[in-house]
Amino acid sequence: MPALEIDDLRITYRGSRGVIPAVRGISLSLEPGDTLGLAGESGCGKSTVAAAALRLLPPGTEVSGRIMLGGEDILTMSFGRLRAVRWAGASIVFQGAMHSLNPVHRIARQVAEPIVLHEGVSTDAAEKRAIELMAQVGLPAWRARSYPHELSGGQRQRVMIAMALACSPQLIIADEATTALDVMIQAQVLALLEGLVADRNIALIMISHDLSVLAETCARLAVMYAGKLVEEGPSHEVFGHARHPYAQALSAAFPTVGDPAERRNPHGLAGDPPDPAALPTGCSFHPRCPVVMDTCASTQVELRHARSDWQAACLRVEPMAPAQPAMLAEEKHD
Amino acid sequence: MTDGTAEPILSARDLAVQFTAPGGRVARAVDGVNLELREGEILALAGESGCGKTTLARTLLGLERPTSGVVSYQGTPLRYSTRALRAYRRAAQLVLQDPTGALNPRHTVYEAVAEGLRIHGIHENERDRVADALSRAGLRPAEKFFLAYPHELSGGQRQRVVIAGALVLDPQVIIADEPVASLDASVRGEILALLLRLRDELGLAAVVVTHDLGLAWNIADRIAVMYLGRIVEEGTVDDVLTRPQHPYTQALVSVLPNSALADPVVLSGEPPDATQVPHGCRFHPRCQVLASGLSAQAGVDDACRTKDLGMLTLDQGSHVACHYAAARAGSPAAP
Repeated sequence: MPALEIDDLRITYRGSRGVIPAVRGISLSLEPGDTLGLAGESGCGKSTVAAAALRLLPPGTEVSGRIMLGGEDILTMSFGRLRAVRWAGASIVFQGAMHSLNPVHRIARQVAEPIVLHEGVSTDAAEKRAIELMAQVGLPAWRARSYPHELSGGQRQRVMIAMALACSPQLIIADEATTALDVMIQAQVLALLEGLVADRNIALIMISHDLSVLAETCARLAVMYAGKLVEEGPSHEVFGHARHPYAQALSAAFPTVGDPAERRNPHGLAGDPPDPAALPTGCSFHPRCPVVMDTCASTQVELRHARSDWQAACLRVEPMAPAQPAMLAEEKHD
Repeated sequence: MTDGTAEPILSARDLAVQFTAPGGRVARAVDGVNLELREGEILALAGESGCGKTTLARTLLGLERPTSGVVSYQGTPLRYSTRALRAYRRAAQLVLQDPTGALNPRHTVYEAVAEGLRIHGIHENERDRVADALSRAGLRPAEKFFLAYPHELSGGQRQRVVIAGALVLDPQVIIADEPVASLDASVRGEILALLLRLRDELGLAAVVVTHDLGLAWNIADRIAVMYLGRIVEEGTVDDVLTRPQHPYTQALVSVLPNSALADPVVLSGEPPDATQVPHGCRFHPRCQVLASGLSAQAGVDDACRTKDLGMLTLDQGSHVACHYAAARAGSPAAP
């Protein structure tokens, strides 16, 4: 059974700025032990997808489609069950999570809190578990008695990861969890996450705007633009040989240090990310696309298989030759 | 491009900046730095947070007074009277990391860019100067942006407004603190390309403070790597980032995505704080070369633990503050 299955997810915010379609039909599936990097720029909807996976969206948000977490439907689940599933079924580490620690409680008590709530064990037993978890994320036991202000940013972020692991979830979503950290601390935290995911067979979704970091850590990559997936496939293919021009631009944005072609040659993309309240017609990327064609402004383009395990939403991608009729038949059925 | 003989436009000699921390402890934020920026050169100042790179940048701008040592602009030591600093601040401009925080939300783009001119009492041709600065920063046609407010602009456009605000005074030097850290990936390259173009077209020299070695590879000519208040390695970007000599630089380069160095060296622990600079080589408690026993083989492990390396000098070529690297360079077995 997949740890997470998202099917045709659509999310619309209604607010003072009008109707904003933040997510416009996204499907994803992760088995236990799978690692997926979700990339895109601010406003592309990637954090909205993360929040939706645990039904953390603000009231009044319109959601359609299906989100199955370990076989249970998140969108129709009772609130009591939802509370049980958060932390224990799936947990999220946000970018600024280190700032959400309570400044007046010791670290061990805060890591223990979800364990007490979800497993009904005594505070002492939970704190003992908390100290074990902290050791796993590389924090010495004596740190458990610290207050948050006594820890550095990297240590606090590791506390948040310990907390996310506290109730042994099947899925962890790390939303820009290492972006604010220094390179070396980021490397420590990423190595830690990779190890834990492999040891415990947890499914991991990492969200970032930095494709190069995601490609190092995750087996598969998905790239979002204007609320849709524009490319999805194996990390080394999407990062090294992206088919969608936007995914290509995102790959090129972070240079490979040592590559002579990128020395004194920064690659950018003209234009700005689109306003979600006023999306361009046709392919939403066409106003910024370096290889735009006449038909792009008028044609809605969905994901096409560039290979059986690799899809891109671009008219320039030739749909795969009918080598695998079973899969094509399935698509037509949709 | 520099040939190394050009007169430095901005230099720091034996620079130290100390702060008194609560409890009377002294933080040695900048602890002995020699640095030169030559005309038309982009110098990257790299290091992790807390290494003193921002304090060094502020001191180069005259925003902090050094505890000891001298900052010189065009060969003349900075004077810290209000009037002397005002003249210097026209020549050396700061570009901040977060354009949203750097811009007053109630000022139009025109007011934001003209502010520097007004502070410096430059009244003639204000409109032309503002338009010129905006278009050099890539906001064209400039007039279209005059009456816009920051919230109506994208992040990349806001950073261009901040850069225009620096350009309007025709500076000789720009000091940019993490100029693209808060920008989206696709916009980042455009802003970096702009900095490169300003160097090529206006001969503008720049110090770019960053933790991002990819940025250095994209635009900088030289790089200085800082650790705990000292520069531990300095040289051309091509040398330092493809053949790093200092173990700290080697570790930083090794954890880059697609690093050419074989195995990632993930240093344990975090940089010690500037109130407790370790004895000997300040990097030795985290040094992977010392830990692996290589320093002992080269007979320098005692020196690593007890002998301070001193400041890097400014003669030709690359420089590295490391006992082991020095021993290897001196031995006939070294490549």
